[in-house]
Amino acid sequence: MLNFIARRILATVPVLGIVAVLVFLLLRLTPGDPAAILAGDAASSEQIARIRVSLGLDQPILVQFGIWLGHVLTGDLGESFFYKVQVTELIAQRLEPTLSLAVLTIVFAVTVAVPLGVIAAWRFGGWFDRALMGFSVMGFSVPVFVLAYILIWIVSLKLGWLPVQGYKRIADGFGPYLQHLILPSITLSVIFIALIARVTRASVLEALGEDYIRTARAKGLRESKVLIRHALANAAVPIVTVIGIGIALLIGGVVVTESVYAIPGLGRLTVDAVLARDFPTIQGVILFFSLVYVGVNLAVDLSYVFLDPRIRY
Amino acid sequence: MPAPQLNANEMETLSVESADVRITESAWQRVKKSWSVRMGGAALLLLLLIAVSAPWLGTVDPTLFDAASRDLVPGGRGEITTLDGEIIKHKFWFGSDSFGRDIYSRVMYGTRVSLAVAVLAALLSLAFGIVCGLSAGYLRWLDGILMRFMDGLMAIPAILIAIALVAMWRGSLTTVVIAIAIPEIPRVTRLVRSLVLSIREEPYVEAAVALGTPTWKIMFWHILPNTIAPLVVQGTYICAAAILVEAILSFLGVGLPPSIPTWGNIMAEGRSQFNEYPHNIFIPGVFLAITVLAVNILGDGLRDTLDPKMAKRV
Repeated sequence: MLNFIARRILATVPVLGIVAVLVFLLLRLTPGDPAAILAGDAASSEQIARIRVSLGLDQPILVQFGIWLGHVLTGDLGESFFYKVQVTELIAQRLEPTLSLAVLTIVFAVTVAVPLGVIAAWRFGGWFDRALMGFSVMGFSVPVFVLAYILIWIVSLKLGWLPVQGYKRIADGFGPYLQHLILPSITLSVIFIALIARVTRASVLEALGEDYIRTARAKGLRESKVLIRHALANAAVPIVTVIGIGIALLIGGVVVTESVYAIPGLGRLTVDAVLARDFPTIQGVILFFSLVYVGVNLAVDLSYVFLDPRIRY
Repeated sequence: MPAPQLNANEMETLSVESADVRITESAWQRVKKSWSVRMGGAALLLLLLIAVSAPWLGTVDPTLFDAASRDLVPGGRGEITTLDGEIIKHKFWFGSDSFGRDIYSRVMYGTRVSLAVAVLAALLSLAFGIVCGLSAGYLRWLDGILMRFMDGLMAIPAILIAIALVAMWRGSLTTVVIAIAIPEIPRVTRLVRSLVLSIREEPYVEAAVALGTPTWKIMFWHILPNTIAPLVVQGTYICAAAILVEAILSFLGVGLPPSIPTWGNIMAEGRSQFNEYPHNIFIPGVFLAITVLAVNILGDGLRDTLDPKMAKRV
């Protein structure tokens, strides 16, 4: 067991290594001189030369990568060109809104999507099933920012129930904090609900075809118990897997949602950094998001051991 | 085991029988009958027609503006100055933006960008994914290193790769297409590789190997044709993703330059005035949603008819 966990953690090392190489190369893939781009259009050749030396861009590329990787491994992501603070500090400052948004979205999406998927599988082919599948295609198709504006227009502008934009820290009181997060979370969760409901339906449907379900029914178990204890429990692995994979969708959604709702989180930071061509911040944020994605999927893999007692390593 | 002696005719029969993923005559019949394919396809044909005939749909040059016609609501009448300095009366069906540009014309012309980006990004990622997937699946020495690389690429969220690449290169049609296609390559590679791994065990591939067929010919002549059906389905979904990502890039202000009318750009320009003039965001938004929906419905229809194995999975 411990052996398995150790091996699985080790297996993420090459993936993270390649992520590091790719994120590093991102800046070097720029056509032309990175120093000139960083310096801006109005820079003199001395300024460009100074930037090149200060960033070590005059060194061979392998040396540059070695130095950069050394810094990253010691938790030093460099200093933001734009904000003039350490990128790690910047990420720490912006973490609370994004984490709140992500957790609320996942909790909301799972609470809604799993029961919907189970009911759809239970009444396979019926009107509820077809409606859910229709909703799910819609959920994949409506762009997250369009949905955000529709919700803002109805809920905030027409009905006046919730604030249009902005963010309140949890330290400013739980009520305002939650109020500012409700619309963004609903916006973000629609695509997630579509995804999870689909997978729940498919895997519960598969489980319902198994012999043990017939046995459970034959021995007179209540239908709710058959569905939850027998069908859903056996369908847990694909559902948890898709939540892990969906984190990538969630990160993409966070970037857009935070922009529309003016939430000062990591997604907003990414866009601002890109618009300001703040390369250390762009690299840092992408590395951080990728680390989270790999970490969550590692946790998902490890959770199989608990979700499915048949899996023994 | 002696090499089986088969002539070309017999091998043809074999490949048709054993490859349940190949597009056969009957699969095409099923595709044509599919309700989803018809609906999605019809909607997309209509959008294609709009894209091609945009100049003749009562539009004006989408870059023309006139300070006198700013912020009109849909259906409002105003005037617009042409490049020759001539002032013409114009009815703004979808209203105008804060520069006095005609939203209707911009939306119609925007169809071109969305469809072009979708098709180009799908073709590009399919081409690279096919080469990488065939190589990884058939040339075993390449498999390990290539797939680790793809794992690494997949660990970076797609939208972040696209945003970062476009930011480095500055937005143009080429860079946007490449930036959208790159994160899709690992998914295509994985799909092609898994198909190749199962197809290479088929008797007709064994037969081809035994006959001394060169490796490249086995890869492109015997294996590739049998991956077409799942790739058509995958390609359709890439189109949908590409349309969405292009709109997101433009909306965030990092995509195509604001002078080019794209649905995302129209929405980006409408952001500051959303409270008073929500149509600047809603109208292109509806077009965007309908287009992606049509592509997704077409994709679902193709998946259910061409690739029944995949249909069962989700």
